[in-house]
Amino acid sequence: MTSASTTEASAVVEVTALSRTFDVSKPWLNRVLERSPKAFLKAAQEISFSIDRGETFALVGESGSGKSTVAKMVVGLLEASSGAIRIEGVDMRSRKQSGAEMRDLRRRIQMIFQDPYASLNPRWRVDRIIAEPIRAFRLETSEQAISARVGELLELVRLHPRDGAKYPHEFSGGQRQRICIARALASKPEFLVCDEPTSALDVSVQAQILNLMKDLQDEFQLTYLFISHDLAVVRHMARRIGVMYLGRLVEVAESHDLFRNPRHPYTRMLLAAIPDLEMTGQPRRTVEGEIPNPISPPTGCAFHPRCPLANARCASELPVFRNDGAMGVACHAVEEGRTAP
Amino acid sequence: MTQPPLLSVKDLRVEFPTRRGILTAIDGISFDLREGEVLGVVGESGAGKSITGTAVIGLLEPPGRIAGGEIRLKGERIDNLSQPAMRKLRGKRIGMVFQDPLTSLNPLFTIGDQIIETILTHLPVSEREARDRAVALLEEVGIPAAGQRLNAYPHQFSGGMRQRVVIALALCAEPELVIADEPTTALDVSVQAQIIRLLQRVCRDHGTAVMLITHDMGVIAETADRVAVMYSGRIAEIGPVRDVIKSPSHPYTIGLMGAIPSLTGDHERLTQIPGSMPRLDSIPAGCAFNPRCSLVMDRCRSERPQLIAAGESQAACWKLLETERAAG
Repeated sequence: MTSASTTEASAVVEVTALSRTFDVSKPWLNRVLERSPKAFLKAAQEISFSIDRGETFALVGESGSGKSTVAKMVVGLLEASSGAIRIEGVDMRSRKQSGAEMRDLRRRIQMIFQDPYASLNPRWRVDRIIAEPIRAFRLETSEQAISARVGELLELVRLHPRDGAKYPHEFSGGQRQRICIARALASKPEFLVCDEPTSALDVSVQAQILNLMKDLQDEFQLTYLFISHDLAVVRHMARRIGVMYLGRLVEVAESHDLFRNPRHPYTRMLLAAIPDLEMTGQPRRTVEGEIPNPISPPTGCAFHPRCPLANARCASELPVFRNDGAMGVACHAVEEGRTAP
Repeated sequence: MTQPPLLSVKDLRVEFPTRRGILTAIDGISFDLREGEVLGVVGESGAGKSITGTAVIGLLEPPGRIAGGEIRLKGERIDNLSQPAMRKLRGKRIGMVFQDPLTSLNPLFTIGDQIIETILTHLPVSEREARDRAVALLEEVGIPAAGQRLNAYPHQFSGGMRQRVVIALALCAEPELVIADEPTTALDVSVQAQIIRLLQRVCRDHGTAVMLITHDMGVIAETADRVAVMYSGRIAEIGPVRDVIKSPSHPYTIGLMGAIPSLTGDHERLTQIPGSMPRLDSIPAGCAFNPRCSLVMDRCRSERPQLIAAGESQAACWKLLETERAAG
């Protein structure tokens, strides 16, 4: 990054050239009999970004764009194929750190998942769920201190300490997501990865959770990596946004710049496609085509078959992600200043 | 108006008898749908919007049952029809588009088989004519090389293409009404825009009325003529889309609009409605929204409000009646 010297001091998370490839080949016998080659799915390729302390950085994209893969690699739930993840300067992938150091690093990173119905153990009471990180990292030792801390956490997410004695099924979707947030906060993390935290919720409940997340960020100086497919939600939450398409980052920009002046043709398309309340009755440009199969992506720029500005160069040459400051875009047309094919 | 509306629902009640007592999923809702009109039905999950759709088309899952009120299609009652009579009507006069195109298509038959079968069931045409009609329909909904794709199975299509096939299937007997239940929820935004445009275009071309059920206010804003906002099995507000979105009258609608993150405008904080929608077994007395309402009065806790005129639209709220009286 060109601005590395200025951001390095405050960057909590630095991701460089992160890639992940999945082997999706058929079994060996099929490959031999059908003479089919090995198949690979490049879920994320050369992803680079950094997040400052107390900042919310969002990744948006449609399904299959690789945003969740990136989230999982950042928290360490998925091994990266190549690239580096540095949390406060410590390389997550190197094996040099001692066990205690890695333990402390993991304590500082937590994750909130999309589905609050699947991410809570139905056989455990809520207080046991929330106490698990406290016990695992030995943050408190006496039972009394643990239960006091659990009560405190429940109040933090606007639930009642008495709710700790209940089971997850006794709560609504929004309340369950509050429990997930309380659990994530139990280990006193500095960095939270939120993978579609409100996608399973209704709008009025979504508003409650988004407001709560903002309040908690202000209170504890939390840093968020926010993953979503909903541009309106992202606009509300994030200061900077990265747009992903078919495993690659195509544009990174400050939130208000991205919405006022989107540069990559895919971002423009995405913004034009969202139905918005303000647009009542207005006709809009629709986008042609669907997302291609990621196992055999188009050559050159992956977006070129759907792009209104594409020409021969786009079909053959992969555009390089060009940074200017903390923003950037990967597009031949933008680089050349081309406005027609 | 001398002509009866295309669809008229009056005081519809849908109940689910359970071991612990009767749950009322739809509690006395009334609305009309004119020919060629697009009526949006919005609400959060559990508001009863899908049940309304399935009640109209006669597909309520037992033990669910229509416990009161009536549904009329062009003046003719359809809520008490026998199963065979209803089956004839379904597909012929009322088409349906469901959320998940993969479950509404039979994976064992080609899409051609499925469309041709539907046409032959409902229209007096030969197999040849049915085939030609199927190809024409698939072309109309934007499936490339429709003639060849007729022999393809549902799994060979992408999600967006499948939903196009389902729309073709819903329209193949020229119904007067299509009920679309969350037709774009399972799709990505870029594809969603295509499908909404398609649904809008083909229904306008065929003069088909649409009951569009969705939780996405943006989709309604773009597609519908009128919108009904549902809460706890009741209609909180109903009226022209523009009025309901720009100047909502019911406190729930006002809160809902403020809770939606917008692409324009700068709001640091979203409006927050405290709590969540009550479960069916614990709907409060009076106005169902009263425990969450900031304008709640004594009357709201005991007496259920009826829809009253509020500008161009209608809303069910006591406070509104009071301000109305104070003003006029």
